[in-house]
Amino acid sequence: MGDRLELLRGREYWRSLEELGGAEDLEHLDREFQVPIDSGVNRRELLTLMGASIALAGLTGCTRQPTERIYPYVKPPEEVVPGEPLYYATAQVHGGYARGIVAESYEGRPIKIEGNALHPASLGGTDVFAQGFLLNLYDPDRSQTLTERGEIRPWSAFLASMRLALEKERPSRGAGLRFLTTSVSSPTLAAQMASILQAFPEARWVAWEPAGRDNVYEGARLAFGEAAEPCYAFDRADVILSLEADFLGVGPAQPRAVRDFASRRRGENSNRLYVVESTPSLTGARADHRRPLTPVEIEALARAVAAAVGAVPARAAADPFADAVAKDLLAHRGSGLVVAGESQPPIVHALAHVINQSLGNVGTTVAYIDPVLAGPPNQSAALAELASDMRAGRVSTLAILGGNPVFTAPADLRFAEAMEKVPLRLHLSLYDDETSRLCHWQIPEAHGLEAWSDARAFDGTATILQPLILPLYGGKSGHEFLAAFSDQPEKTGHDLVHEHWKGRLPGGDFEAAWRRALHDGVVLGTAFPPKTVAPRSLPPAAPARESAETLTALFRPDPTVWDGAYANNGWLQELPKPLTKLTWDNAALISPSTSERLGVSTEDVVELFLEGRKVTAPVWVMPGQADGCVTLHFGYGRTRGGRIANGKGFDAYALRSGAGLWSRAGLETRKTGSHYPLVTTQHQNRMEGRGLVRAVTAEQYRSDPGIVQRMGEHPPGPADTLYPKLPTGSYAWGLSIDLSACVGCNACVVACQSENNSPVVGKHEVSRGRAMPWIRIDRYYSGELENPDTLFQPVTCMHCENAPCETVCPVAATVHSAEGLNQMVYNRCVGTRYCSNNCPYKVRRFNFFLYADFKSDLWKMVRNPEVTVRSRGVMEKCTYCVQRINRARITAERENRPIRDGEIVTACQQACPARAIVFGNLDDPGSLVAKARAEKRQYGLLAELGTRPRTTYLASISNPNPALRAAATPERGA
Amino acid sequence: MSAPRLYGLMAEFENPSDLVAATRQARAAGYVHLDAYTPYPLEALAEALDIHDRRLPALVLGGGILGGLFGYALCYWTSVIAYPLNIGGKPFHSAPAFIVPTFEMTILFAAFAAVLGMLGLNGLPMPYHPVFNTPRFAMASRDRFFLCIEARDPKFDHDETWAFLTKLGPRVVMDVEE
Amino acid sequence: MTDGTTRETASGRVGPPSGTILAPGYTFTTITDKLASIALSRRTPKAWFFGAAVGFVLTMTLLAAITWLLFRGIGIWGVNQPVGWGFEIVNFVWWIGIGHAGTLISAILLLLRQPWRNSINRFAEAMTIFAVACAAIYPTFHTGRPWLDYWLIPYPNTMGMWPNFRSPLIWDVFAVSTYATVSLLFWFVGMIPDLATLRDRAQKMWAKVVYGMLAMGWRGSARHWQRYETASLLLAGLATPLVVSVHTVVSFDFAAGIVPGWHATIFPPYFVAGAIYAGFAMVLTLAIPLRKMYSLGDFITAKHLDNMAKILLATGLIVGYGYVVEAFMAFYSGNPFERYMIWNRIGGPYRHMYWALLFCNLLTPQLLWFRRARRSTATLFVVAMIVNVGMWLERYVIVVVSLSRDFVPSSWGLYRATIFDWATFIGSIGLFLALMFLFLRLLPMISIFEMRQILPEAKVAEEEA
Repeated sequence: MGDRLELLRGREYWRSLEELGGAEDLEHLDREFQVPIDSGVNRRELLTLMGASIALAGLTGCTRQPTERIYPYVKPPEEVVPGEPLYYATAQVHGGYARGIVAESYEGRPIKIEGNALHPASLGGTDVFAQGFLLNLYDPDRSQTLTERGEIRPWSAFLASMRLALEKERPSRGAGLRFLTTSVSSPTLAAQMASILQAFPEARWVAWEPAGRDNVYEGARLAFGEAAEPCYAFDRADVILSLEADFLGVGPAQPRAVRDFASRRRGENSNRLYVVESTPSLTGARADHRRPLTPVEIEALARAVAAAVGAVPARAAADPFADAVAKDLLAHRGSGLVVAGESQPPIVHALAHVINQSLGNVGTTVAYIDPVLAGPPNQSAALAELASDMRAGRVSTLAILGGNPVFTAPADLRFAEAMEKVPLRLHLSLYDDETSRLCHWQIPEAHGLEAWSDARAFDGTATILQPLILPLYGGKSGHEFLAAFSDQPEKTGHDLVHEHWKGRLPGGDFEAAWRRALHDGVVLGTAFPPKTVAPRSLPPAAPARESAETLTALFRPDPTVWDGAYANNGWLQELPKPLTKLTWDNAALISPSTSERLGVSTEDVVELFLEGRKVTAPVWVMPGQADGCVTLHFGYGRTRGGRIANGKGFDAYALRSGAGLWSRAGLETRKTGSHYPLVTTQHQNRMEGRGLVRAVTAEQYRSDPGIVQRMGEHPPGPADTLYPKLPTGSYAWGLSIDLSACVGCNACVVACQSENNSPVVGKHEVSRGRAMPWIRIDRYYSGELENPDTLFQPVTCMHCENAPCETVCPVAATVHSAEGLNQMVYNRCVGTRYCSNNCPYKVRRFNFFLYADFKSDLWKMVRNPEVTVRSRGVMEKCTYCVQRINRARITAERENRPIRDGEIVTACQQACPARAIVFGNLDDPGSLVAKARAEKRQYGLLAELGTRPRTTYLASISNPNPALRAAATPERGA
Repeated sequence: MSAPRLYGLMAEFENPSDLVAATRQARAAGYVHLDAYTPYPLEALAEALDIHDRRLPALVLGGGILGGLFGYALCYWTSVIAYPLNIGGKPFHSAPAFIVPTFEMTILFAAFAAVLGMLGLNGLPMPYHPVFNTPRFAMASRDRFFLCIEARDPKFDHDETWAFLTKLGPRVVMDVEE
Repeated sequence: MTDGTTRETASGRVGPPSGTILAPGYTFTTITDKLASIALSRRTPKAWFFGAAVGFVLTMTLLAAITWLLFRGIGIWGVNQPVGWGFEIVNFVWWIGIGHAGTLISAILLLLRQPWRNSINRFAEAMTIFAVACAAIYPTFHTGRPWLDYWLIPYPNTMGMWPNFRSPLIWDVFAVSTYATVSLLFWFVGMIPDLATLRDRAQKMWAKVVYGMLAMGWRGSARHWQRYETASLLLAGLATPLVVSVHTVVSFDFAAGIVPGWHATIFPPYFVAGAIYAGFAMVLTLAIPLRKMYSLGDFITAKHLDNMAKILLATGLIVGYGYVVEAFMAFYSGNPFERYMIWNRIGGPYRHMYWALLFCNLLTPQLLWFRRARRSTATLFVVAMIVNVGMWLERYVIVVVSLSRDFVPSSWGLYRATIFDWATFIGSIGLFLALMFLFLRLLPMISIFEMRQILPEAKVAEEEA
């Protein structure tokens, strides 16, 4: 150790103490935005850091308000008071589609994303990406300087060189000019593109979204002869058949879909969901009947159902499951719904369309509109063409707007290699990533919260995106970038968007309409009208492509880092995947029986061969996975994604070919014999017969409402106590979670982390059981391993009235408030951890190290100023968002009235797209939470211990089809 | 130089029995201010010198009661009066929980009373005492038994007492100087 | 005479004929000289240097581990969610348990007028104090913010905050600190007459001065002896319930919690028995090598070892009963969590620990039914060692295994000790050894004046003259 010390100098010395200490937790050292130990600061990074600090100098001075007028959501700007948050409606663009959000901002710092109740895709809810979106804004690994071949250049220099480049293109009318974007729904951008293509008729616009909607559009084209966008009304559907459509997990309208679906799962008049899928999904987890099928079998089943309902001439062999589903659909003409997933081939979509048509579901549960995405159709074909053009030297200028094609393009295109042939390559992106490395110009892109733009929701409704903060690193929006190819290159994003909407907004007074649009976060009357489509006859079934001995590879976007765009996001990396509960890694998911066949088990590393390409991946045995299918989540294995992203997981894109974007047969595996540690936050998947998650079928509940109470020990009643009643306050706060509505989507978890400044601890610490979430979602399996029932249970602090944790704290650091909050006093905590030991719910979290990053300034900016940042050695836990309670209290007291029901919305409740979480005053019989408590299916988790929890649950109610009782779900819950 | 004042006369014995016997006779002879020194406690001596000091147990009892009261008062005052908190829904006055500190305080105070009381009543620590002036007295902590008749005894007379001690059959008789 | 005995012992025959608690032929003189010389003049045996060195090195390990702990945080240990307490609390309870025999031997056996205790009570008490000192390290440093530990002590402060007297940890603070203080007083008071002896026998000036100060001018006056005896009896009377209370309170740390495997009414008696069990095991572990090292067979006789072995057996049986009742109640209660707790111990991921524990604490002591086992120091030493291990395992099973799987399966998790956990554990053993060896070298490890009392010549021959 001594000589090692001698080698080290200055602050390096302190850094290195960790190494000297036996590297107890280098991983957590590496966490967050801290510079890894081994990285020396080179010139580039030095400039980066300088740039950041300059930006911050301004930021901390609160001088970063955009110069254009923007309009707050709740309060007009005149009321701006330091310490008072302002709310602005805008949108997050995910996969090209807008999800309405409301950003909470303190002194010009956005610190929290919430759903926009007025936006059709959100209705107030969000998904995990909307929450994580915020963290990317402050990511110090973002591309921070405009560079040409690594040399820093001003924006003007870029514009100048573009002018020259365009002059070269004019004679050929832009024959060598190519634009590569991600999926685009922005009217302004589409218009800009159109005008550019007018100036350069020979130029091409190519769009590429790794998890794109090609199949949906192609499916519609197959069924109707024209591209169309299906919009589903899950709230109107009584019977839903999902052909691997994970509408509860992903998709352009995920929060809306969850909201609509959950609205029909509240016990009475519950809908019924059938899911056939190859790999478990959130939608499958909520199914009343789920069937693991290989892709080929899914198509077969779709045909069988179609035949059974008479949508296509009967050809398929009878299948009891298909028949039962068909009967159910027929019994619910007009209120049934068949949905096909993005991962399904066009034919399956077409089949779904014709079934809906023949059952008269069109117009009630499904409507068709013009495609929302403005980009050119059939992205993969277009991308392939682009690649061949580049390889043939037909491309002189390639302008890439966002996206990371070098990383995400199908492997068989060998896109990087083709790109090298292009003389001038430009890349506008948030990160200096794999693609930027191969581009001459790297232009830092403005984050969604930094730029003016617009985008459309799944139903066409447009939102005008307003910036909450000036670009931290002088980033440019796609509009400003495209302007460089127009005749007015200096136009700002605001002017471009503003001008585009002139005359397009409803109402006479444009400025007023503009204000209203910004205020609401939606532009009224921009939803696309439904269009009528006529089905055509479908081609016959193609011969099956699968064989028993080889496997089928399934390619899916990762549930938390998506297509890789969120790979450098600590919150999402550490967020347990909803079903596997894996963190910081992806894995090859295989079914239990397949794992036996291959003789591999979880954490075994295997080599995967597909069409001569190879990746090495750890195995994860996944209950409910279709036999013979290997699910590979892409988005991991980044090499230039930032300090958090790099080197995490394996790159599934390396096996993904244009022909098999979603699934490909012929996968072969070879054991390597080595092991790779995968880190999960839940090791025990069964409930051990304890009545923790209680689930019953609708008819059980109807015939015997008391059943839920009998699924666990009888808890003591309010009177069963020897203690005197202690003084209580004017409110009794309580939380109710409806397990029937919860789909386990994790939005609440990230929302809580964002609201409450919870730290990210890194893979190594998570592996040691030290993850820090205040709300976790427990996932239990019941039934047989091949196709188990999946049960979700969000667990927050129960705020027990007789809290076991409080009694044992020697220094009274956790005590009870008169309003029933179990309060944690960080300043008083000495950290004996006795409270955690004595908490039967294990919801307390301990700062074993100094997890919170007190060093990096950027990280400070994302923090909620109303919540303490916890230091080393103290216990922490869910507070019921006490800061929100007190904010409401102050308002109410100022207005001299009691706090209204629904006035306090906890972070988890706000984010929940299913509206499964309700918070309020139990003393007020009219409050939603009190009503929920009155329900027969209400129960307290482990209430038999006499803890008298304030957080209670509503039992989950499933609605299986009696006809399938034979194969019915086994007894859940206890 | 003046001769140092006399503290008393000291007789050294070989074994406990002689000492006890000698002490009895000395008492019988009417000496009151006398003390015996032994390498280990001798109960027989206690009654020979009829020492009956009952103060120590009283002290200990007092200490114990005081400690107990203090312990419970501390718990009660802090939890009920000074800073009452709702902890786990338990009553402010959680008597059962307060028993442990009360008990421990009782023991602690009583133990201190016992030790300090013993030292105090014995006048320890005592850096100087005349008996140590006789070199042979070092044996008192090893294997010899001493009887000392102090000069302040009304019946004390150097020669007489010397004679008296010698006939008790000691190993030696010696002067003890102040 | 002196030479006689030393020659005898040197000639290899360790210990007097069985049944006696002191070899014949000793006088006040010889016994005093022999025992005092250990601290004063006699040259230190090689074994001492070896032992002390080991102790010192390990103590340094302890310091290193704790320094790093303060620098980085307790994350360097294996503790996690759900296992919030690991090695540290295990070791704490283990050491406290060991610290019970000393006071017990001194106090209870004194009240019971068991003269055989006289030769072992002194170093048993020392053992108690050092064990408690080692134990105290753990609760002190296992908190997340050790520099704020003083908040556990009730003292008036500007925040007006007070500890929560409902928390077993506060009871611990009171019980353990009281126990440490009283044991220390008891030990010191017991040594005063011997310190006087050392003062009078010492050759070197500094020794005279130091021992003189410690002896506080004790001169063996009959009046002093009378009060001294009263005080010792009263202290013994106070210490006895205290000993019982301390491990009871420690058991409350668990019994007052709700964790399955903690929340059991059998805990207090079963912990106290366990403590005595562990304590006597440790006394044997120390006494057997000591009597060899300092050839004290004449004072720590086969009779002593035999008696202690019997106590070991008796307490061992009580502890065994504890295990049985624990399991029985789990099933009898019908409480699913309790039942699972036992199944988990028997067949869970930590089953080896549980079975090893049963072997060490339940099976091994059964050897002591046999007289031959009780008389063979080798056997006895091995058994004692195994029991030491067993008692550590018992606490591991209670603390870690119970926590690793409690109520909500989703939160179950395993505990793995890190190198720092081990360093702290081994280090504390080192500290214990270091203190013990210093004590052996500097203070009378056998109570001289009490040994004099059991000499035949100490009796007062009645009625002559």
